[in-house]
Amino acid sequence: MYDGWKIIPGLIIFLILLLFPLWNQAFHPGKAGITPNPELTETAKNAEKCIEPKPFMKTQHMKMLDEWRNEVVRDAERYYKSSEGKEYYKSLQITCLECHSNKSKFCDQCHNYMGVDPFCWDCHIEPKENE
Amino acid sequence: MNFIIGILFSLVVVGIFVLIPWVGVWAFDLRYLFGIIVPYAAVATFIVGIIIRVLGWARSPSPFRIPTTAGQQKSLPWIKQNKIDNPSGTIGVIIRMALEILLFRSLFRNMSLEFRGGAKLAYEWEKWLWIAALAFHYSFLVVLLRHLRFFTEPIPAFVRWIEKLDGLFEIGIAPFAGFAAPGILISGFILIAALTYLFLRRLYISQTRYISLPADYFPLFLIIGIAATGILMRHMGVFMQFIFKVDWFSVQVVNVKELAMGLVTFNPKIPEGIGTIFFIHLFLVSTLIAYFPFSKLVHMAGIFLSPTRNLANNSRTVRHINPWDYPVHVHSYDEYEDEFREKMVEAGLPVEKMPESQTEDGSGTQEEAEKE
Ligand code: HEC
Ligand code: HEC
Ligand code: HEC
Ligand code: HEM
Repeated sequence: MYDGWKIIPGLIIFLILLLFPLWNQAFHPGKAGITPNPELTETAKNAEKCIEPKPFMKTQHMKMLDEWRNEVVRDAERYYKSSEGKEYYKSLQITCLECHSNKSKFCDQCHNYMGVDPFCWDCHIEPKENE
Repeated sequence: MNFIIGILFSLVVVGIFVLIPWVGVWAFDLRYLFGIIVPYAAVATFIVGIIIRVLGWARSPSPFRIPTTAGQQKSLPWIKQNKIDNPSGTIGVIIRMALEILLFRSLFRNMSLEFRGGAKLAYEWEKWLWIAALAFHYSFLVVLLRHLRFFTEPIPAFVRWIEKLDGLFEIGIAPFAGFAAPGILISGFILIAALTYLFLRRLYISQTRYISLPADYFPLFLIIGIAATGILMRHMGVFMQFIFKVDWFSVQVVNVKELAMGLVTFNPKIPEGIGTIFFIHLFLVSTLIAYFPFSKLVHMAGIFLSPTRNLANNSRTVRHINPWDYPVHVHSYDEYEDEFREKMVEAGLPVEKMPESQTEDGSGTQEEAEKE
């Protein structure tokens, strides 16, 4: 082998970088298995259902909020008819956070897990959470 | 090869690689295979393949220093040396390698030789290849680093910074509602745009079209497929639902992260509610990873071993001994004459050293020949 003293360390460094996710977890023992578990408030539990079915909410709640925002702010359409025919007032603070007033135990659970940090709360008011 | 056949062939192969997980997951529910076994196998293939390739290169002797690079080599003190393009020491080589690897300096030098205004040849500015190559490689890197959010818990700060920077453009509603939520990350789109350009360039320039093979088209199409399925998942769910009436393309990313974390901690599991589209994305990625070491893509490792870039031009100061030197069997003229002197003399050929009998007379050869 020629220049092995340069090539082999190079390869090893590359493999260490490549396998970053594997050894990274060693510094955070026990974290890997934790999955978000959004808690429902009493209000939500009583309602039983979200605005739309749960799989839809899980994947598309941000798209729904985006749509609501546009329709409210641009077209002044303030009511949303769900697929079940129920009417909701299109509002981030008043509707979503009415049922999900435990933002830090609900929205933030998933968002911290996935590293998303919606900037909505720069303007919209977060609910006061009293334990 | 006819370029249409090359393109069609690559398209069909990528199409098959889309269909395999599609049918496998959708019709046969082989989630364990496509979500766990195939990715593990692909990564293992990648690691073993790269090691074999690099060690293979390491076993071949490095050639003699190549002094004909684009720059004045170290010479007399009053001749200015180009220390980066023709370095004579390690530091210069490191700078040259860094510029090559990080900024693709030799692509930057690309020019096109064209006829301008009749029969006059001219060098034209041609940086598009360089720009597109940089755009492609860096957006690919950024996308890859951002994907670390699936593979780490807690997510390292640098991944979040990259994502913040990448999400700088908050286009809100455009072009239709639901597209830009979650936010647009430009790197994914630059990736597709750059790949499309690199593909069209191959077609448009007749010389590159002529030399392009399926091995060139296939990786392009494969990576376009990966980026396209990624963008479908993230941005196109609502739009596709509008067309197909079924939400085929949104994925529950929280569950995807559970799957990814399972892979990373060797505790694999397949969570509920991950659509087929994700398995197509993952299968294409696995294909790319497994194909990597055996294809031209391995230039990622090869660039570090390119002799015109990584060898200092010090051939005038250091003696380089041919590393594969073996005792060469030399046969000098003296030995040759010793061996054939008699015969040469007989044939009347001039010799340096006369045989003993003729030493006193220089023209002995001639006479001897006449005697016979
Ligand atoms: C009427 C009360 C109510 C309102 C209003 C409401 N939700 Fe829900 N939400 C619920 C309930 C109840 C569930 C649990 C559903 C289930 O388990 O099937 C839920 C579930 C969810 C989930 C899935 C959580 C999980 O466990 O994966 C998300 C995401 C969500 N809601 C977001 C929203 C958003 C965003 C809004 C505003 C657009 C909203 N919700 C408005 C009651 C509500
Ligand atoms: C720059 C400040 C600002 C930011 C950031 C912001 N909004 Fe708003 N939003 C407003 C204002 C102002 C209105 C108008 C309120 C009205 O007319 O009722 C509004 C209205 C809305 C509405 C409809 C009305 C209501 O009561 O909620 C929705 C839904 C909404 N925003 C969602 C969002 C979401 C989701 C985000 C984060 C992605 C967000 N907004 C970020 C300022 C902001
Ligand atoms: C089931 C877990 C879950 C819950 C519960 C949840 N979210 Fe999300 N949310 C996500 C994920 C995952 C994303 C980002 C998707 C991605 O990056 O692909 C997201 C993204 C968003 C975005 C867009 C962020 C961006 O950067 O564009 C908004 C706005 C948002 N969520 C609002 C809410 C609100 C408000 C609630 C609470 C009522 C909530 N979410 C609850 C999982 C969740
Ligand atoms: C070669 C490697 C990969 C490339 C080039 C790639 C490319 C992309 C691109 C361009 C997107 C669009 C959104 C964005 O820009 O982030 C995306 C999304 C996505 N990718 Fe990948 N990907 C790769 C590997 C993977 C792997 C290994 C996984 C498995 C965890 C994965 C899972 C996802 C998911 C779940 C999304 C949707 C993200 C969302 O909705 O926010 N990708 N990918």
